[in-house]
Amino acid sequence: MYSLVRFHPVMRNSIAIAVPLRLRPNISNTLPHHKFRPTCFHSHEGHTISCVPYSAPQTKPMALHFEILGRFNRARAAQLTLPHFVCQTPLFMPVGTQGTIKGLTNNELERIGCQIILGNTYHLALRPTSELLEEAGGLHNFMNWPRAMLTDSGGFQMVSLLHLADITEEGVTFQSPVDGKPMLLTPEESIQIQNRIGADIIMALDDVVKTTITGPRIEEAMYRTLRWIDRCIAAHKRPHDQNLFGIVQGGLDPELRDICVKGLVDRNLPGYAIGGLAGGEDKDSFWRVVAQCTAALPEDKPRYVMGVGYPLDIVVCSALGADMYDCVYPTRTARFGTALIPEGVLKLKHRAMADDTRPIDPTCPCMVCKNYTRAYIHCLVTKDAMGSQLLSYHNLYYMMRLSRNLHTSIVEGRFPKFVCDFLQTMFPKGDVPEWVCNAMEVAGIDISSCCAPFPSCQEKYSSDEIGTNDIHMELRLTHTSYRPTRNLEI
Amino acid sequence: MKFAVKKALSSSGARVGVLEVGSCPAPIETPALLLATRKGLPHFISPELLPSLPSPDSNLLQVSPLHFLEGLSTTTISKIGGLHQMLGLKQHGIAAVPRDSIQCLPESKAATRLGASFETPCGRLLIKPKDYIEMISCMKPNIWASLADEVPAWVSEKRNKTSVDRTLRWLDDCISLYPAAGSIFGAIVGGTSLEERKRCAEEVAKRNVSGYWIGGFGLGEGIDERPALLREVMDILPDEKPRLTCGLGLPEEILQGIAAGIDLFDSTYIYSLTLGGFALTFSLDKSGEQHNLQSDQIGSDSTKINLRATAYRKDMSPILENCTCYTCQNHTKAYINHLLNVHEMLAQTLLEIHNTHHYLRFFHVIRAAIQDGSFEEFRQAFLESRREHFKGEAIST
Repeated sequence: MYSLVRFHPVMRNSIAIAVPLRLRPNISNTLPHHKFRPTCFHSHEGHTISCVPYSAPQTKPMALHFEILGRFNRARAAQLTLPHFVCQTPLFMPVGTQGTIKGLTNNELERIGCQIILGNTYHLALRPTSELLEEAGGLHNFMNWPRAMLTDSGGFQMVSLLHLADITEEGVTFQSPVDGKPMLLTPEESIQIQNRIGADIIMALDDVVKTTITGPRIEEAMYRTLRWIDRCIAAHKRPHDQNLFGIVQGGLDPELRDICVKGLVDRNLPGYAIGGLAGGEDKDSFWRVVAQCTAALPEDKPRYVMGVGYPLDIVVCSALGADMYDCVYPTRTARFGTALIPEGVLKLKHRAMADDTRPIDPTCPCMVCKNYTRAYIHCLVTKDAMGSQLLSYHNLYYMMRLSRNLHTSIVEGRFPKFVCDFLQTMFPKGDVPEWVCNAMEVAGIDISSCCAPFPSCQEKYSSDEIGTNDIHMELRLTHTSYRPTRNLEI
Repeated sequence: MKFAVKKALSSSGARVGVLEVGSCPAPIETPALLLATRKGLPHFISPELLPSLPSPDSNLLQVSPLHFLEGLSTTTISKIGGLHQMLGLKQHGIAAVPRDSIQCLPESKAATRLGASFETPCGRLLIKPKDYIEMISCMKPNIWASLADEVPAWVSEKRNKTSVDRTLRWLDDCISLYPAAGSIFGAIVGGTSLEERKRCAEEVAKRNVSGYWIGGFGLGEGIDERPALLREVMDILPDEKPRLTCGLGLPEEILQGIAAGIDLFDSTYIYSLTLGGFALTFSLDKSGEQHNLQSDQIGSDSTKINLRATAYRKDMSPILENCTCYTCQNHTKAYINHLLNVHEMLAQTLLEIHNTHHYLRFFHVIRAAIQDGSFEEFRQAFLESRREHFKGEAIST
């Protein structure tokens, strides 16, 4: 086994000095106490945020420790201690599908402030295979990522990527994309693969159904998910250093969701995810499901809303009591030349950007906004690899900054003000979408100062309005319904 | 810009010099490598990782002004304040040369008496001296080459002579239009004709320039034709001014250029290697000996390894054991092999870092050999042992 020596380049404006740090390979099978260290989370503005002295884990061996540090009604800010890293929630997890976050190196990800990254079990099992990852000492070692990691079960990709996938009681049957052989992914197999990959959090194999589907299929899927969770729990070989999260299914039916929540809570899992959303349902249904689940799930365990997403959705879900999010949106939209800014999005491909010498976001302290103009990025995007690298960097920085701001504003007792400022910047005319108003009412946050006197439904807009708006106000299109898989950016 | 020769060998034209460029934090020793860029930044190495390369060696970049014709007007560049400001590279030295040998290639058939022609991603462009000077004055590079009419080795004598005439005329245009930005390097062309090379060099040497850009190489001439052509040019040029060349990329060509007296090189070798999934592994031993490292892998030889090969699937060691680049300090061959397999851009980033780092170290070793006075022996040993390995592998496969 080789030992890795880490190289920390110093701030880019000074001469680089090699400071090797010895990094211990992460192949322990016992609770790695020595890796824990109390973390002061530093924002790039230089402030120290919630430096919490580390509290010793409870006597029962656990792979996760969740401690709430601040609240506002349903919203909470917490410290989530995982085997590889101590995280602050609410947090956003970038998706590193195939063992890398497109184009960014580990040290850039650390600079940006990524705490947990997500790996896709389906892709990794194909290449380089979970057996090879196990031989390498787990995905952490293989990628040399020192912080936390989460793997999904592989089920979602299978259903969404493969035309001939079919779900039976046994598992998900599909044709192998490599050689066309019929294959079967069972709950047991999914957990075994994830055990080999070695992430801090692993997801149970669930029966995922799109929320746009109606009928008995949803009920079938929900009950099957509960049956499968038991099989997942039984198959899980590493509960002492990998946390198995259950996924709440049930479509948009409150009764089904309730049954599922109760069933999962009975199993006393380390954390829970709210699945089956982010697939095309309307926003009004979306927030109601999140609200119902967060109300019913236990207080003292993390709640992960899968596939979310847009900054606005993250703020709303956090107000309703969710803690963790993941989505390909920031990195994917970067590759199409779209930057995330507090006002919404900025389409750098647009001709108007060609002589705009402002930074992407004047309020953003990231390396890209400090050094580059919109005009320069415009000439790079969609043509050169560097363009998508720089935009991915900025977009992820934006998401991490949003996560940090959510956490600190809750801890420092100014969450409602943060929400209002956020909405005012995004909707300067006061046209906050109705679903957001309704959700905030349930969350107990007064956003009347951000809303225009007669807030109306945002599904319709006049073509004049689009003409007079700045190009980056096309966000309205993104916020009427949830379609992260469609190319809104083009 | 200031340049001074520190040591020159009598046995060959090789010399060690020191180049001071306004924006660089420290003087740069020559012979030096200029990093190839696309629109001013490296192809894959992010600005965050540039400081991880050896400094100040890695602080010189070659930028082609033509890249920006694809989407960025000169007025905008001016408004931003020039290349250094726009690229966020205030501590780097920038040399502007229209030809980048990858995507902006001189197209001699379309050149006219009015301007040089280039094939670029935006199509074929005719660049006139006036337009070129406008670009330079907006971009404000530290060093820039005058506009040249480069021709490949197979053109007629008449065409070759015309190219020298045009290049000289454009040099005068550039000087008279005086962009008041950066140091001008006079372009010297002449193809494979010894007389034309001599004539061009003599004429350029008469002009008031800060250095010389020797073009027309890497365009079809044989590697054995070059030493004579280089010598012809170098004999005429004054010693105290720096010489920059284009189109000499392979280690053998670099050594050839240094032996003739060239101080600054750009090289597309690193870019080609990176795209192909190759990592440089040739020995940096100061004797020049190329020890047999890994000659049994598919597509690899002892000078570089092909990380796409399945042999590296489970290889949990870094590319080179004692390399101090970011890639070797943090990642394994197995990981890079996986990244190449799944077509992830990070593979190219990591390879470009390693290859650049390795090549910069190569230059460092060469400079040490010149200082020692052992450059000729170094070069001999390097070339011969490399040839032996290639021969050996050709026979064994």
